[in-house]
Amino acid sequence: MKKLSQIKHSAAAAPHIVWAVLFILLPLFIVTYYAFTDADGAFSFENVTSLSEYLKIFGLSMELAVIATFVCLLVGYPLAYIMARANPKRQKLFIMLLMLPMWTNLLIRTYSIMAILDDGGILNTILNTSMHIVGTKGAVIFGMVYDFLPYMVLPIYTCISKIDKHMWEAAADLGCNSFKVISKVIFPLSMSGVISGVTMVLVPSISTFYISQKLGGGTFELIGDTIERQFVTGALNVGAAISLVMMLLILLSLAVMNKFTDSEDGGIIA
Amino acid sequence: MKKYLKSFLVLLSSFILILSMNSCKDSDESGDENAEKDDGSTVILNVYNWGEYISDGFEGSMDVNREFEKYYYELTGKKVKVNYTTYATNEDMYSKLKSGAGSYDIVIPSDYMIQKMISEDMLIPFGAQTIPNYVNIDEQFKNVYYDPDNMYSVPYTYGMVGIIYNEQLVDPEDYERQSWDLLWDEKYRGKILQFNNPRDAFGSAMYLLSLDINSTDREVWNKALDKLKMQKPLIQAYVNDEIFNKMTTASAAIAPYFAGDFVTMAYTNEDLKFYYPKEGTNLFFDSMCIPKSSKNVDIAKEYINFMLTEEVAVENAIYIGYASPNKLVVKNEYYIESMGETAMDILYSASPKDLNAEYNALYGTTCYESFSPDIQLYVNTLWESLKTENSTELWIHVTTIAIVVSVFALYGYSTYTKKKRSRHYRIKK
Amino acid sequence: MKKHLQRLYLGLIFAILYIPIITLIFFSFNSENSTAVFAGFSLRWYKELFSSPETFIALRNSIILAVTSSVIATVIGTAAAEGIYRMRNKHFKSAILSVTNIPMMNPEIVTGMSMMLFFVAVAGILSVSYESIGFAAMLIAHVTFSLPYVILSVLPRINEFGDSLSEAAMDLGCTPMQAFFKVKLINIMPGVLSGALMAFTMSLDDFVISYFVGSSNFQTLPLLIYSMTKKKVTPDMYALSSLIIITIFILLLIYNYKSGKRIKKRRLIGGYKK
Repeated sequence: MKKLSQIKHSAAAAPHIVWAVLFILLPLFIVTYYAFTDADGAFSFENVTSLSEYLKIFGLSMELAVIATFVCLLVGYPLAYIMARANPKRQKLFIMLLMLPMWTNLLIRTYSIMAILDDGGILNTILNTSMHIVGTKGAVIFGMVYDFLPYMVLPIYTCISKIDKHMWEAAADLGCNSFKVISKVIFPLSMSGVISGVTMVLVPSISTFYISQKLGGGTFELIGDTIERQFVTGALNVGAAISLVMMLLILLSLAVMNKFTDSEDGGIIA
Repeated sequence: MKKYLKSFLVLLSSFILILSMNSCKDSDESGDENAEKDDGSTVILNVYNWGEYISDGFEGSMDVNREFEKYYYELTGKKVKVNYTTYATNEDMYSKLKSGAGSYDIVIPSDYMIQKMISEDMLIPFGAQTIPNYVNIDEQFKNVYYDPDNMYSVPYTYGMVGIIYNEQLVDPEDYERQSWDLLWDEKYRGKILQFNNPRDAFGSAMYLLSLDINSTDREVWNKALDKLKMQKPLIQAYVNDEIFNKMTTASAAIAPYFAGDFVTMAYTNEDLKFYYPKEGTNLFFDSMCIPKSSKNVDIAKEYINFMLTEEVAVENAIYIGYASPNKLVVKNEYYIESMGETAMDILYSASPKDLNAEYNALYGTTCYESFSPDIQLYVNTLWESLKTENSTELWIHVTTIAIVVSVFALYGYSTYTKKKRSRHYRIKK
Repeated sequence: MKKHLQRLYLGLIFAILYIPIITLIFFSFNSENSTAVFAGFSLRWYKELFSSPETFIALRNSIILAVTSSVIATVIGTAAAEGIYRMRNKHFKSAILSVTNIPMMNPEIVTGMSMMLFFVAVAGILSVSYESIGFAAMLIAHVTFSLPYVILSVLPRINEFGDSLSEAAMDLGCTPMQAFFKVKLINIMPGVLSGALMAFTMSLDDFVISYFVGSSNFQTLPLLIYSMTKKKVTPDMYALSSLIIITIFILLLIYNYKSGKRIKKRRLIGGYKK
């Protein structure tokens, strides 16, 4: 009898490959086309060369995203660690509690955060202070962390929970204290989860446009806002050019990140 | 291998089948059971309106769209279903229509957008006079600048921008000036709001400086930008709808916004007061139009006609809270009573009623006209430069650099120790 | 001591996560039309919610879209994961994986706009109105951005599961198909389900891509809520969100309670075997 492994059923991937070519690559090709043409459809570099105007906005978006991702990692890693070490029944509950806020609408969640943090909001009323939080970069970072934390925690959690329980004991037997167990054994082993988490938080943070508008008080603009405005004011080609460059930048930085860590198939979740 | 492919294809096609069944259901689900018996006869009327911009059965009020379906059935014996969807800005609506991503029978854009859409041949010249109830529209709202021959549009609401302030937080001598300069008052640093769209934000600066809000001269726009840059340090936030929460909770003290929305806010917080700045202000119209993509022009006209009947117009005017261009509404006792004296005063007294000639003369300075693409791009750029002005702070750079450096250092350290370890083992071997 | 610290930390994080949620539930009971000033307790917005057909049409649209897109994504994605696992050519495999990841790595706004431009072009080529392919466009967009989540949650399971059990099944007379459905699929089910759940959640909450791709006759809940920002988001949307979140919360508790029992049972069996 033929062994299963000898049969090539890689054909099962065929629908997906067709799908990916049609609906991932082709649309990107169209974006590229728009980026290099002007409004009349003639070839032009103008959109791409005009991008230098947006350098400042690009920079700020990147910086805020890096900070938000880092905060997510700082907050999320211990959370994932504690969750992975809780008893199995609790673990499920924790994951679901973590996912549940995502089932309310992003805009409504953001409004709710505003109602709490605003100058005359709930927090200031309770503390009887007049802190100015909404409208600062801090508030935007908080919003990003709030919204994207599950994306950081879930992959790390899956990674840690797969680590053999005996690792802890072995490391402890070899003389590690609990800090060393985490830093020398657990953290390196959960690296692929960390990378996935960082990617999944970094990417949406760079391009978000609602959180920055609302929690940032509109006093500054991120690249997502810029693209959105180009689109609604009909400057499709410029919008396409910004998108293209942003995508290339992100893919490039992800490639660099992947180079540093030799993770195999990037088991993003589960 | 072939078997696999086949089964997935079967699965896929069955999903597509289910989907198409679903979408069929979508199109003839008109709410009552009769529809399914004579399917195919129900026509769908696609209405694309601003969010929260029609009476929708809220607390016993009229559900206008359902009423229209009934009305139309009684009138013609044909079934129509209103598919009502909503947008947040003129530009959203425009880009949906322009890209061809939507076909609608009714849209309700503002003045300058109507002008733009007419010039781009996106609207049907159905002729407002052919609609019987058009006589209900007050004469002063006919032959307006964006549609001089009343071919493309029928006014739905109108209103003006004014300044909202919190009586408890602003000194009388300041708001008694009745000027735009309240938005530039150092005293209220961090308590002032500004529009988060270029048109209205630039407008506020231009009225204050007595500049032409429809100018095609870049210099004029630069002047306005300088004024806005001066204002930026005083601004708590550039806002859209967040203004409702910020003003009613007294998070902010001063903001420019539409009179009709002030009425809603004042209902929640009685300290809020309102004035029209003496330097002049923006007057806007939102009018019903039929876009070129419409397939049911006759039903769309019937819909417009329905919207102009006294009963429906009153319900809408109460729900929306903006001023109504309908003569019958303004005289309607139920309307006057439910709006209250203050609201009526603000909505109608300040608008230059009975000054037909002068009113028309004022259009150039009080209404927005559509930009040329060139100026549109330029204003976009200026708006960006306002937003990027002082947009970053030192701690952001410092933190980012610290994070990047420490990540690289950590990486370097770990590769170093790894190498050291492996060398160590090799020697041992 | 350490246990307490851990509990404190968990408590703190979940408190921060849930304070906004509790706030929104609280304001859904407001007696006035405000989401920031609480005037008194009332069920007014719940009543209003149930009297407005537009909201429910949008909710229904959202659910139809989320269910169909997550089912399709799960089927294609699971098949793809199996196919990718079987691939011999390393370069081809990694190329496929990279392309798969694009919608996830790509900012939503870029995906949304590339999709929009694509479908406008498609509608132009087929010379049909965008509206007539509106639902299909939305569905395709949602499937596309949830596919990577499905594949990347199934693939590790398949890798882990290996081939030996399927081979055993085939030795015992299963066809390859049977071996896949009866043995492998059941064992990788947790991965498939978590992928499906992820896809469903992403689709339900998606605003950016729907905003670009959406057409006239198909408005989802996030789009409806966003359009309210011209005037203001009314508390009936808060009421709807509260209902959704409370329902799911209760379902989760029930599910958790039941699966907790199951775990105990399994443990008993395990103990017995020993």
